Amino acid sequence: MKRRAFFSGLARVAAVLGLGGLAGRLARRAQAGHTVWQIDPWKCTACGKCATECVLELSAAKCVQFYDICGYCDFCTGYFEPQPNKLNTGAENQLCPTGAIDRKFIEDPYYEYSINEPLCVGCGKCVKGCTLFGNGSFHLQIRHDRCLNCNECSIARACPVEAIHRVPASKPYLFKTLEGKK
Amino acid sequence: MAAPINQRFPPPQFTETGHQMPHLTAPPPRAGALDYLDIAVLFACLALATWIVLRRRERREVVLLGLFSLVYFGFWRNGCICAIGSIQNITQALFDPAYAIPLTALVFGVLPLFFALFFGRVFCAAVCPHGAFQDVMLLRPVRLPVWLEHGLRLLAYLYLGLAVVFAATGGSYIICRYDPFVQIFRLTGSLTMILTGVIFLLMSTFIGRPYCRFLCPYGVLLGLAGSVSRWRARITPDKCTLCRRCQDACPFNAINRATPRNVPAEATPQEKHTLLLRSALLPLVVGAGVWFGGLAGTSLARDHRTVALAERVQLEASGAVTDTTDASAAFHAEGTPPEKLFAEAQALIARYVFAGRLCGAWIGLVVALKLITLAWRPRRPEFETDAVRCVACARCFDYCPQEQKRRQALKAKNGVMGQNGVLE
Repeated sequence: MKRRAFFSGLARVAAVLGLGGLAGRLARRAQAGHTVWQIDPWKCTACGKCATECVLELSAAKCVQFYDICGYCDFCTGYFEPQPNKLNTGAENQLCPTGAIDRKFIEDPYYEYSINEPLCVGCGKCVKGCTLFGNGSFHLQIRHDRCLNCNECSIARACPVEAIHRVPASKPYLFKTLEGKK
Repeated sequence: MAAPINQRFPPPQFTETGHQMPHLTAPPPRAGALDYLDIAVLFACLALATWIVLRRRERREVVLLGLFSLVYFGFWRNGCICAIGSIQNITQALFDPAYAIPLTALVFGVLPLFFALFFGRVFCAAVCPHGAFQDVMLLRPVRLPVWLEHGLRLLAYLYLGLAVVFAATGGSYIICRYDPFVQIFRLTGSLTMILTGVIFLLMSTFIGRPYCRFLCPYGVLLGLAGSVSRWRARITPDKCTLCRRCQDACPFNAINRATPRNVPAEATPQEKHTLLLRSALLPLVVGAGVWFGGLAGTSLARDHRTVALAERVQLEASGAVTDTTDASAAFHAEGTPPEKLFAEAQALIARYVFAGRLCGAWIGLVVALKLITLAWRPRRPEFETDAVRCVACARCFDYCPQEQKRRQALKAKNGVMGQNGVLE
């Protein structure tokens, strides 16, 4: 019994040293601040998986409008169906399945488009329309008031182009910039 | 697909109205300071659990602390990051130099193990929300047959091996993906996983802690650490009377009974023979594990997106399929030569096969050692908690007649103290 206690003590010391060494080595590389998930708008293809793959019932990924880039077009390809009957706010003309984009007249011929965030499901239909034919001011971002910051992000896993990765929490958004792709 | 900015439609100047463009809102993430709070609460809970199990020996207090952990680490923190999942973060940090492990993941992974090395699995008892959830659900425990108990417990070792393989090779976290309880903690998630969680909880009403015992990969590590622990939950505070009430009380088959008097102190020739035979079997079983692990590695590799994409692109090139997936369409649009992708996939498959072999060797070793330890039971003078299996739930204390005596003595002493205000 004594011999057993001795070996168990030996194993314990070895385990404490090993575990301590491992923790020390990793701690040096550990992130000082924490990290959060974010979508790289330059990689995103607006495939629509964000809307369905998030663990939340209503996805944490939503469309954002970067006004500085927006052309304020009358015929907004992110707002309207490809061949709309009329350029007005009629539901049949809109691309957004939940009517989450507000269109407001500013001055001739400019209209302002803003996202009504509680309605947005993050399907990216408007992002696709705006990026293919417009300036690309609509883009998808993970909103951190909703994101649970899961250990493994299920939309990151489902993303076909690996556009989602961890970013420092001090700079939690990857908004498009006027300078363009970095 | 990304078009250069400001090309198609120049942004307007608003000369007529002088309209000011609104700004993007950016709601901040959860404050980083809360991470340190989590770490502090974890440490406090572990220390408290140790004190309750080893000093207070009160089942009621274990349950109360467990309920707190369930609410705080489970429902309040949405169950993430937990110690079980942190195995994968630590593994990825070891194998992927580019990955910076979050501090919480590191601490949640290492701290309970340190406690287990000294005090046994006090983490399981009252700090782990998964454990506490199942523990409070237990109503009418059913005793599983020994062979089933030992067999099912091997699953956890396999799960740990697979989780390490996936985290080391592809940074993919299967423990998180197939966690039965985290979606209940979040109160949202996929129907399949919520149903799995509900099934586990229903099972917990008559099978004590099914996830902890048969699947939890962190429990394997804690068990290994617990096997060399210095102080751990001891059933009787005094000499064991061999009444075996504790063994009946334990719903987890975690109490080893005292060796009956008619069993000789030394190993019998029969036992020695079996022991020798099974020891000789060890290299064979490990070898079989390596072989099987290598085979499995190729299929495991399909979990990696690069391998899956390469397979898809190959299918498309051979004309077996005519359409494209989102991933393959993006790959074609990017214009990378497929040969590069195939080479990458080949290298990955080789990695998975190597990791699969190691995992197979681990499983083989575990199975072989299990066979060996089953062949010879160490002689025990009294009933004691199993260092690996005991989750320090403190149920057995209440059933021990010696413990009852101790409590009565304590009560009498305190009673006198209460009446007179002084000791004795």
